[in-house]
Amino acid sequence: MTAPLLSLRGISKRYGEVRANQAVDLDVAPRSIHAILGENGAGKSTLMKLIYGVETPDSGEMLWEGAPLTLASPAAARRQGIGMVFQHFSLFETLTVIENIRLVVPGRTAALIARVRELGAEFGLEVDPFAHIHELSVGERQRVEIIRCLMTDPKLLILDEPTSVLPPQSVAKLFDTLQRLRDGGVSVLFISHKLEEIRAICDRATILRAGKVTGHVDPREHDAHDLARMMIGRDMPEPPPMVPSQPGETMLELIGLTYTPDDPFGMPLKDLALSLKAGEILGIAGISGNGQAELSELISGEIRLPFDDREQVQMMGEPVGHLGPAERRKLGFSFVPEDRLGRGAVQGMSLARNSLLTAHPLGLVRHGLIPMAQANDFTRRCIADHDVRTSGVEAEAGGLSGGNLQKFIVGREMMLAPKLFFLAQPTWGVDIGAATTIRQKLVALRNQGVAILVISEEIDELFDICDRIQVVSQGRLSPSLETRKTRPEDIGRYMIGAGAPA
Amino acid sequence: MSAARIWPKLMKRERPSLSIKILAPLVALVVATLINLLLYLVMGKDPVAVFHAMILEPFISFPSFSEVLLKTGPLLLIAEGLAIGYRAKVFNIGAEGQFIIGAIFASALPVWYPMATGQWIWPTMLLAGAIGGALWAGITAFWRVRLRANEILVSLMLSLVAAQVLNYLLLGPWKDPNGFNFPQSVMFQYDAMVPLIIPGTRVNASLLIAVALALMAYVFMQKSFMGYKLEVGGLAPRAAGYAGFSEGRAIWLSLLIGGFAAGLAGAAEVAGPIGQLQRSISTGYGYAAIIVAYLGGLHPIGIVFSSVVMAAIYIGGDNALVSADLPIAAVRVFLGSLLLSYLMAMTFVRYRLVFARQAIGGAT
Ligand SMILES: Nc1ncnc2c1ncn2[C@@H]1O[C@H](COP(=O)(O)OP(=O)(O)OP(=O)(O)O)[C@@H](O)[C@H]1O
Ligand SMILES: [Mg+2]
Repeated sequence: MTAPLLSLRGISKRYGEVRANQAVDLDVAPRSIHAILGENGAGKSTLMKLIYGVETPDSGEMLWEGAPLTLASPAAARRQGIGMVFQHFSLFETLTVIENIRLVVPGRTAALIARVRELGAEFGLEVDPFAHIHELSVGERQRVEIIRCLMTDPKLLILDEPTSVLPPQSVAKLFDTLQRLRDGGVSVLFISHKLEEIRAICDRATILRAGKVTGHVDPREHDAHDLARMMIGRDMPEPPPMVPSQPGETMLELIGLTYTPDDPFGMPLKDLALSLKAGEILGIAGISGNGQAELSELISGEIRLPFDDREQVQMMGEPVGHLGPAERRKLGFSFVPEDRLGRGAVQGMSLARNSLLTAHPLGLVRHGLIPMAQANDFTRRCIADHDVRTSGVEAEAGGLSGGNLQKFIVGREMMLAPKLFFLAQPTWGVDIGAATTIRQKLVALRNQGVAILVISEEIDELFDICDRIQVVSQGRLSPSLETRKTRPEDIGRYMIGAGAPA
Repeated sequence: MSAARIWPKLMKRERPSLSIKILAPLVALVVATLINLLLYLVMGKDPVAVFHAMILEPFISFPSFSEVLLKTGPLLLIAEGLAIGYRAKVFNIGAEGQFIIGAIFASALPVWYPMATGQWIWPTMLLAGAIGGALWAGITAFWRVRLRANEILVSLMLSLVAAQVLNYLLLGPWKDPNGFNFPQSVMFQYDAMVPLIIPGTRVNASLLIAVALALMAYVFMQKSFMGYKLEVGGLAPRAAGYAGFSEGRAIWLSLLIGGFAAGLAGAAEVAGPIGQLQRSISTGYGYAAIIVAYLGGLHPIGIVFSSVVMAAIYIGGDNALVSADLPIAAVRVFLGSLLLSYLMAMTFVRYRLVFARQAIGGAT
C-alpha cells in the first residue's frame, strides 16, 4: 500500500458521558473513495468533525502526509487541503452562488466565476454562478457546496451522508463526480447508510460500532448483508410481512387541492386528488422539489387554505383545510416532517421538552403548567421503545446523532396513537436496522387499522410497505397505483411526468 | 502563522455551564466599575471618594438604599415584561412610550376627579395605567401581525409619539390652572397615592407588586405551557408552526405583557414618588430596562438582581454628582461601559480561550 494521505491513531472523543469515538485508527489512501459505515450514533459524524477541525480530539494523533497534524479550526483544515460538506448545508439562501463562494474563498469575483465554470465542466458540477440559492434544488445546492470545497484545491473531501437527501438521478451524477475527483487525485471520505451505494463506488470501508472501529474491509468483496451484519452486529432484520389490507373508513381525502405558494420559487399544486382509508398505507413517490414540501404543509395545517376552500382537505370525514396543525391533531392526526432540526424538534431544548411539542395533550400539561415528571416519563418510554441511543431525557436534541433524533421524532408521533399518521421521509439518515424497524412498526400500525401516508424518495421503501402509490410530479398527482400490480419502471415514468403507460 | 502562536483562539463551548452564566454578568460589573474608577482618576477626581459615594453609599446608607429600592420597582417591572417578549424574539424597544401612556391613563382619574376620595382610587389608577400601556403596545402588535412591520421600529417610534401626547396634555387640556404655567398637572389627592410600606421613605407598595409579578414571570417562563410556547417560537419558529403554536398569538401576548408591565410602572411613578403628571416622569426607565433584562440573562430571577444593580448605579451616580463632583454624563458612561463589558463577557460564555500550546493552526 502506498503511504496514506491521512492516518488517525487512537483518536478518542467524549461528550460528557458519551464516548463518541474510542481509540479510532484509520488510514485514508491517496486517490481512494473511503466509506465510513455504522449505525446511528456510531460516531461517524463526530469522527469527520475531528478530521475537519470542527471539534478537537481528547486524545490520539493525526498524521497528514506523514507529518503530525493539529487543527484548531475548519479554516486550518482547509489550509491543509481538507474540505467537508455537512449533512445540513451551510449556504445563505438569499445570496447567489458566487456570493456564497466569495464568503469563504478569497480572490477576485471574475476569477472566481471563471473557476466555478471550469470546475463545473471538469467534474460535472454545472451550476449558474448567479442563481440565488433558494432557487436551487437540493442536488444543485450540494453541487455548490462541493464546488466551494474544490475551490481550495483539497486533497481530501469529506461528505457526510451526501446521498440521503438526493433523488436517485442526482445520486448517479454525484457518483460520476466523485469518480472523476478520485481520478484527478482527490481522496473522498464518504458516509452513507445505503450499502449498495457504498459497494458501487467505494474502494475501502471502515466500520464503526459504538465509537470503535470493528473492521476495515473492501466493500466490493462483501454483499450488503455481510456489511450490515458487521455494522449492527447481528443479522439484518427481515422486511415486514404484508397481509392483505382491509380498508376501513376514509381518513384523509384531498379533493381538487389547488394551491399557489406566496414564495415565487415554491411549486404550485394543481387539482390534487387522493383518498386514504383506515388500515392502508399510501405512498407518495417523486423527486423532491415537485411539490412535496407544499403538500406536506397543506396536509399538516402549517399552510391553511381560505375558509371557502376548506373542503379540499378532509380528515376523518371533516373538512379541515382552514384549520391549523393543533386542531387537526385533535382529530387524531400526527405528522413527522422531513426536517428534524428546527421543525420536528427544537435544537437547544432537552428531549423531554421536545416531547411537549406535540405530546402535550397526553396529560403532560396540567392547569396550564408543565409537571416535568410526566414529560420525563413519556420521553423515557419513547427512548426505550424506539431504541433512541442517547444519554437520557435531559440530552439536548441538537446533541443527538441525526438518525437517533429521527427515531425520537417518529417514536413521539407514534405514541400519540394517531388514526391518521403522516410521515415525510421517515427513514432519512436512519441506519438500515432502525429503518427496517420503523417500517415494521408502520406495517403493524396499518394492520391495527391506522391510515398511513408516506412521502418518500426511496422507491424501494415505498414498495416494501405501501398498498398503493401515487406519484407527484410538477405539482400534479398521478392516479393511485396498486403496488402489487405496479413495476418500479411505471413509477419512474410518472416521475418524469410521462404519464400512464400506453 | 506566528500570530496564531501568540494569540489564543476562541473555541466554541459545547454547553455553557450554569456557573459561568451567573459569573459573566458579575465579572462584567466588576470590570465596568474598575474602568470607570480609572476614568475618574484620570479626570483628577478622588477615586476613593467616588467609590464611596457611588458604590458603597447606595447600600450602606439607609436613605440612599431606600431610594435604590424606589428605583428598583419600575426597572424590575418593565424588564420582567420585556424579557418575556425577548425570549420569544419579539423585540419591544418601546417600553418608554408604554410607560408614558401608562402614566397618562393613570393620571386621567385624579385629573378629572380631583375631589374623589376612597381607597379604590390608586388601585384603579394602576390598573388603568397597565391597560393603557398594553393598548399602546397593542398598536405595535397589530402592525407587526397584520403588515409584518418591524416591531423594533414601530415600538420605538411610538415612544416618540407618546412623548408628544404627554406634551400636548401638559401644555393644553391637563395643565394645572394654578400652576404658574408650568407644564404639569394638578398635584394628586391623597387617595390617588400608592401607600408607603417603609415609614420615613418614599418606597411604596408598587415594589411589592413588582416582586410578586417577578415571581409570576418566573412561573410563567419556566413552568407554564404558554411560556414554553413562546420560547419555542423564539428558538425555532418553524417548530412552533409545526406544533401549531400560533405566531400571531405569541407576538400579541409578548407585546401585551411588555406593555402591561411598563404601563403599570408608569402609573406607579405618577401615583407614587412624583404625585402628578409632568414632563420628566421617566428618566429613561424604558430604555434602561432593556439593559436590565439582558444583564439578568432574560431570566426572571436574574432580573431581580440586575434591576437592583441598575437602580444602585442611578442612585450612586446621583450621590457622586453631589459629593464627589462627577459630571452628569458619568452615569451614562457607566451604563455604556457596563453594557459593553457584558457583551464581551457573554462571548466568553459561549466560547473559551485556547492558548497556542494546546492547539495551533496547521501542522507542526
Ligand atoms: N454536540 C454533542 N453533544 C453531546 N453528544 C453528542 C454531540 N454530538 C454527538 N454526540 C453523541 O455522540 C454519539 C455519536 O454521534 P454522531 O453524530 O457521530 O453519530 P453518527 O454515527 O453520525 O450517527 P447518524 O448515522 O445517526 O448520523 C451519539 O451518541 C451522539 O448522541
Ligand atoms: Mg451523522
